[in-house]
Amino acid sequence: MPTADTRISADRRTVLQIMASLGVSVSLPFLSARAAARRRDERPRSLITLWMGGGMSQLESWDPHPGTPSGDVLKSIPTSLPGLEISELLPQMAEQMHRVTVIRSVTSLEGDHERGTMFVKSGYRPDPTLTYPALGAIAASQRPDPAVEIPQHICLGTTQFFPGGGYLGNEWDAFRVFDPGRPQDNLTSDVSGDRQARRLAGLQKMNERFRHGRPVAERVTLHQKTIQDALRMMRSDQLRAFTIDSEPESVRRAYGNTAFGRGCLVARRLVETGVRAVEVSLPGFDTHVSNLEGHRSQLAILDPAFAALLQDLHDRDLLESTVVLCIGEFGRTPQINPAAGRDHWPHWFSCVVAGGGFRSGCVVGQTPGTVPDVRRPKPKDPVTVPQLCATVLTALGIPWDEEVMTPVGRPMKFAGQAPRKSLLIG
Amino acid sequence: MKPISLLFCGLVGGTLFLIVQTAGRIDPPPSPPETIDAPSVDASAERIDRWLQRRWTQEDITPAAVADDLIVYRRLSLALHGTIPSLEEIRRFMDDDAPRRLDRWLLHMLQDDRFADYFSERLVRMLVGNEEGPFLIFRRDRLRDWMADQLRADRPWSETAEQLIAGDGLWTEEGHANFLTAAFIDDEQGLDENKLAGKTVRAFLGQRMDCAQCHDHFFADWKQTDFQGLAAFYGQARVTPGGVIDRKEEEGQPVVYRVFEPGDTTGQIVEPAVPFHEEWCPSSGTRRRRLAAWIVHPDNRRFRRAIANRVWGLLFGRPWHEPVDDIPDPGDAIDLLDVLAEEFAAHNDSLHRLIRMIARSRAFRMRSDVPGISAERYAVLEKHHAVFPLVRLRPEQVIGAMVQAAGIMTIDQNSHLLTRIIRFTSESDFMQQYGELPEDELLPQTGTIPQALLRMNGPFTRELTRAELLQSAGQILSWSPSDDAVVENCFLTCLTRLPTDSERQEFLTLLQDASAEKPDETAAEARKAVVEDLFWMLFNSVEFSWNH
Repeated sequence: MPTADTRISADRRTVLQIMASLGVSVSLPFLSARAAARRRDERPRSLITLWMGGGMSQLESWDPHPGTPSGDVLKSIPTSLPGLEISELLPQMAEQMHRVTVIRSVTSLEGDHERGTMFVKSGYRPDPTLTYPALGAIAASQRPDPAVEIPQHICLGTTQFFPGGGYLGNEWDAFRVFDPGRPQDNLTSDVSGDRQARRLAGLQKMNERFRHGRPVAERVTLHQKTIQDALRMMRSDQLRAFTIDSEPESVRRAYGNTAFGRGCLVARRLVETGVRAVEVSLPGFDTHVSNLEGHRSQLAILDPAFAALLQDLHDRDLLESTVVLCIGEFGRTPQINPAAGRDHWPHWFSCVVAGGGFRSGCVVGQTPGTVPDVRRPKPKDPVTVPQLCATVLTALGIPWDEEVMTPVGRPMKFAGQAPRKSLLIG
Repeated sequence: MKPISLLFCGLVGGTLFLIVQTAGRIDPPPSPPETIDAPSVDASAERIDRWLQRRWTQEDITPAAVADDLIVYRRLSLALHGTIPSLEEIRRFMDDDAPRRLDRWLLHMLQDDRFADYFSERLVRMLVGNEEGPFLIFRRDRLRDWMADQLRADRPWSETAEQLIAGDGLWTEEGHANFLTAAFIDDEQGLDENKLAGKTVRAFLGQRMDCAQCHDHFFADWKQTDFQGLAAFYGQARVTPGGVIDRKEEEGQPVVYRVFEPGDTTGQIVEPAVPFHEEWCPSSGTRRRRLAAWIVHPDNRRFRRAIANRVWGLLFGRPWHEPVDDIPDPGDAIDLLDVLAEEFAAHNDSLHRLIRMIARSRAFRMRSDVPGISAERYAVLEKHHAVFPLVRLRPEQVIGAMVQAAGIMTIDQNSHLLTRIIRFTSESDFMQQYGELPEDELLPQTGTIPQALLRMNGPFTRELTRAELLQSAGQILSWSPSDDAVVENCFLTCLTRLPTDSERQEFLTLLQDASAEKPDETAAEARKAVVEDLFWMLFNSVEFSWNH
């Protein structure tokens, strides 16, 4: 059964077909208000981040080095992009590689989970005096869609360091969904409409009284605003985007019946609704012990979900307006440690990016199969974390060098380095 | 059915009986002392006041007026017990008309087990964050119990710190040993010396040098070599089946601390070294003892400034210096942290006394509102600590306050086990949904949509505001002598204050209108609905989930 959202787009297509057959040039302002109905370039861009929590190994995924000391025992397999091989643990993604760009030379400076996560998610190294907003928070705050009645920055699945609003405020913290695909709790009131009205009126009066003599109260607390946002959300039809019951069984199966797979499907539904930024989290990559087994189990979850997401976005004409970024906080050491694990390795790691104005079918950077004996080894054609973040922001239509005034009175740019324009189309 | 609902249903009968019983408690609750004589605490508080007054005069500021005792009582209860006071306690507080009521009640609160239980958790968070730590080898509960004992006995903070850094022992027996085992690395049977060095400096010296692990600090005077030298003090610490110990030799070889660069397999030996004032560091003793002695040295101003800033932060919800664990190096001029640190040092590093002098200060007893003030002017007052800050309550304080407000009697160690089980279940479910705060505590936070949803529609609000005899809403409605008292008790129970005249009038009218309905059963239901709605409004008000 098609979802309501897809019906709307089907209706629109029918309209377009009829009008085209009549030779009418098409401009449909009356439909443009609904983000859900828009496709391709008419849509403002959204961001889906697939977060590989713990730090995914580049060697067991996008950057295998078979036959070298780093390479371990896995084979690499050919992909839909001629000349590109990836790990045998990603057979379904191998069919999608013509749609993506692989960057094998992302370099970070942070080798600790929390600091590394904050760096990659915000583009700035952690600083005790200022918390930087995650890319999703920047996107949601700078490009909010007024027609969206649910939060515009959402994080699906469990993650230790969830993407926050930083100096932009808790207002832009990701709305967290612990168990993706299930209906959300706490969205209905259990009293009659009359009583709810009495409660809300009384509450408003109390809160107004509190604001007397405390002119900053609402700015500091956002109490009344969050109540209003919550009420708007409670009444919204868009809540349907959080559930997947209406999706065909075949679609659900394609994504995989895992929390991450359901999360990816919900992410597509949210983006379709107009939500600006969604993170789907897949933890479990911190394989200091038994690296291979760890990656076998986690990539078996990632592979179908990521491949289904790309295919689905493409089929629905949403890929051009959605940046999909698959990345973790760092990579893992080329050496295997005595516990058959790999440790943290920020010097180079891989990310995969697709859609939203990014070029497809490119491979950026090259890494050595052995580690050179130097203090800070580097890959060929390195892409720094701040450059990557600036490029994502540019793809989202947000000026990376726009300065905003932070609460500590320090103006900050959204990204600390210029984007790599060569990664983007045109 | 959720466990909480099951508990509620299953225990209705038993708990009803208990409530009737506790209503006429066999043991009367302990009382605050009738008199108090604390000239030295007063003198310390006056020093704080003088320092601040000088600053206000310089900046031409008139600070906010003195707050009502009940509001200060609520602040103390939230900071020290992690919850609001019960109606039972509030009524006794209001009936106490002897002089220095707040000072006497504060003394009483510090002796209450709720203080040791709650404040120990806040300090443990400072030591090991909110991680669960390595399985089996890290026992957070033991660390907390040990800290609670330290607080109960008011052991000097310097002794507590020394024990944490240098103490040996088994993590299941000696709670302090868990400060070290929290940094245990599973696959190497060793400790993460870098993590320990970073945590030690953050917790005990109020400075962040973690980043010096990989590079020199951006602006403070910490070099990468300083960090390595400090980490080396933990280089001989070992976790053995007999507990945490320092080992000078292993298999006939001296134990050394090595730093490895990427690709380097032999590593470089680093000797323990302190970044400044070597003379404070004794040359003998285990490495950890030497480090501890250097940290708590009477001349090490950073040590006492750090705890002063932390305790100020835990009381106000906002530290004197933000962030709480990255305060500037001590300077030549005496700032407020030095005033606090000196008074703290002069009185045996007593945390109880530090809390008492801050709580006695003018700053702590100010109102959070200034009638008719402009937003710009209010911001100036905020900047100079001339108005009590508005601070979002922590998740456990919000649920603690909800659970306490749902009962008339005090929920503490003396409460019946069943009440405490209910409290525990409610708390842990609620905390996940309300959202744990990041590890960096005491930063300004606004409310969020998930919190609003949880407070408005969540199962906790629904269960706890029901006007049944099991909950305070029902008890207040049934047992209050007049409608006026019903309204008054609802406000006191939830917000620890009396209703304003207009609030009183508004809800009296609603109750009277409900009473006028016919037949009587409908009127009774309507009155219940008024009280439930009033409780709902109070639970959802800004006042409830913010310290003010």
